[in-house]
Amino acid sequence: MRPEECAVKTEELTRIFRLRKREAREGKREILALDRVSLEILPGELFGLLGPNGAGKTTLIKILATLLTPTSGRAFVAGVDVVENPVEVRRHINMVTGGETSGYGLLTVEENLWMFAQFYGIPSREARRRIRELLSLVGMADRAKTKVYHLSSGMRQKMNIVRGFLTEPEILFLDEPTLGLDVQTARTIRDFIRQWLWDHPNRTILLTTHYMHEAEELCDRVAIIDRGKILACAPPGELKKSLKQETVFRLYLAGLSDGKNLVEGMPGIRALAQRVEDGRLALDLILAEEEALVRVLSKLQAAGGKLVELRKEEPTLEDVFLALVGRKFSEDAE
Amino acid sequence: MTRSFGKTFLRTLVGRAYPRLIGLWREKSWIIFDVFFPLLQVSAYVYIYRAVGAPPEFAGFAVLGGAMIAYWMNVLWSMASQLYWEKETGNLQLYLIAPTSRMAILLGMALGGLTATTVRAAGVLLVGTLLFHVPLQVTDGALFFGVFVLTMVALYGLGMLLSSVFLLWGREAWHLSNLFQEPVFLFSGFYFPVRALGFWVAAFASLIPITLGLDAMRQLLYPRLMEKFRFLPVEAELAILAGLSILFLFLARLGLRFFEDLARKEGRLTLRGQ
Repeated sequence: MRPEECAVKTEELTRIFRLRKREAREGKREILALDRVSLEILPGELFGLLGPNGAGKTTLIKILATLLTPTSGRAFVAGVDVVENPVEVRRHINMVTGGETSGYGLLTVEENLWMFAQFYGIPSREARRRIRELLSLVGMADRAKTKVYHLSSGMRQKMNIVRGFLTEPEILFLDEPTLGLDVQTARTIRDFIRQWLWDHPNRTILLTTHYMHEAEELCDRVAIIDRGKILACAPPGELKKSLKQETVFRLYLAGLSDGKNLVEGMPGIRALAQRVEDGRLALDLILAEEEALVRVLSKLQAAGGKLVELRKEEPTLEDVFLALVGRKFSEDAE
Repeated sequence: MTRSFGKTFLRTLVGRAYPRLIGLWREKSWIIFDVFFPLLQVSAYVYIYRAVGAPPEFAGFAVLGGAMIAYWMNVLWSMASQLYWEKETGNLQLYLIAPTSRMAILLGMALGGLTATTVRAAGVLLVGTLLFHVPLQVTDGALFFGVFVLTMVALYGLGMLLSSVFLLWGREAWHLSNLFQEPVFLFSGFYFPVRALGFWVAAFASLIPITLGLDAMRQLLYPRLMEKFRFLPVEAELAILAGLSILFLFLARLGLRFFEDLARKEGRLTLRGQ
């Protein structure tokens, strides 16, 4: 695809950091942060970049946001070359980073957001309208007049999220936006992102995360990056399918001592296993078609069985990462 | 310059000046740190002058110098090393990705700082004058105002230049500011006429615009006494200040572009991992 048809396009993008002598790691004076990364992100996509700490996610975002130049290769944002015309790129973007402490503690939430809006030339009245609207969407309407140094880290991150969306950017870079946040705040932010894209279908988000569930839950497509290299890029469902690992339905039953003989041979069942787990009968089924599950449950219930719990065990992106890299995601902490 | 560029420039300027102005009212500790403490230093000089029987105008030298110190401190800590702090807090990267002029951000910082510092300096001047019964009589108000304005333009121009140079450095910026602070108190003649240091030292110190500004303002306040102590005629000092203003603002603009590009190449605009 041509660069102008993509929201973001990179071609063989490489970044090497040269270290000073005293910063050398194991005698090495260079770090290869990005290794010939080629990506195409389409307008309207929520694209995820998934990788452990130090994988190169932030380096890629910094290059796209015009904060860093690549060592070689090219990058285009909204069809504009980030090295040749960074000023034009900035008209199309905004960025939010996880754990950000930006703004001034002495100013209120509203004043901080207003200040950043001024840098984008948004008239004060319009800025204040958008601030009110967005703060209410993230549940912070009552905090508009609170000074920033009185905010918790979760509230502060919500404010940062509002700052990023306030300018209604065509392309938004979210670099680990839920990093270190509690479950509830992270969920609020994810819901907000989803809703915003729903309301603005032509806008594009590039999200970096090392939370698998976040990538799975939010992204249309995910690229898995490790040690500066893109290892795979597809919708989360496809990535998981690529493992050729089948979905297992696990049924926990009460009131039955044997379920296997009851359902064995039923159409739609490809494999079947039975065991007792914590005193409960557990039946594992691999189905050729998911509709077969209804027939199986009817038969078991007719025989006096009561379904206590049903689990669908699918391969996760963690399994995809393990298969691609040969080690677990959590083993990569920097 | 297009209309929308001009509007964004102005909005940026006002937006960035705002935190400095509002800080004046929300954080009152400046009354202690920026008025009371400088007055202690001024007092020491006033009492020395009185002890040696110097004319009362000498107390005026010290009070005026004490007021002008507020500007030097502001330029050093809130202009020159400001971008270092902004990098530490994560603001710098947000400034740099915004589709606005970096000069507008620096000018906003300068104007906000200048206005807030003027309140502080006025506090020192007022309290010092009343406390020590300093004779203050401006011979030419318009010229005095012109000298002050040009001194400020040149001084804050220097601050903008230093801030772009300091963009590359991390903690070194902080150390450099520390290094500049005290020597300038001496070499710029904050508490005494700079001519006492000799022509060449005064000439070198004139690279800091406040040196010439102070000397010219003292001449306009105490013309008879300063005939013996002046460094250069007011007109010459005014002309040099105008030249320094243009030079520093021009270099600041060039420097900002050059150092930003260099820092972008070297990956020094943000903290690692930020």
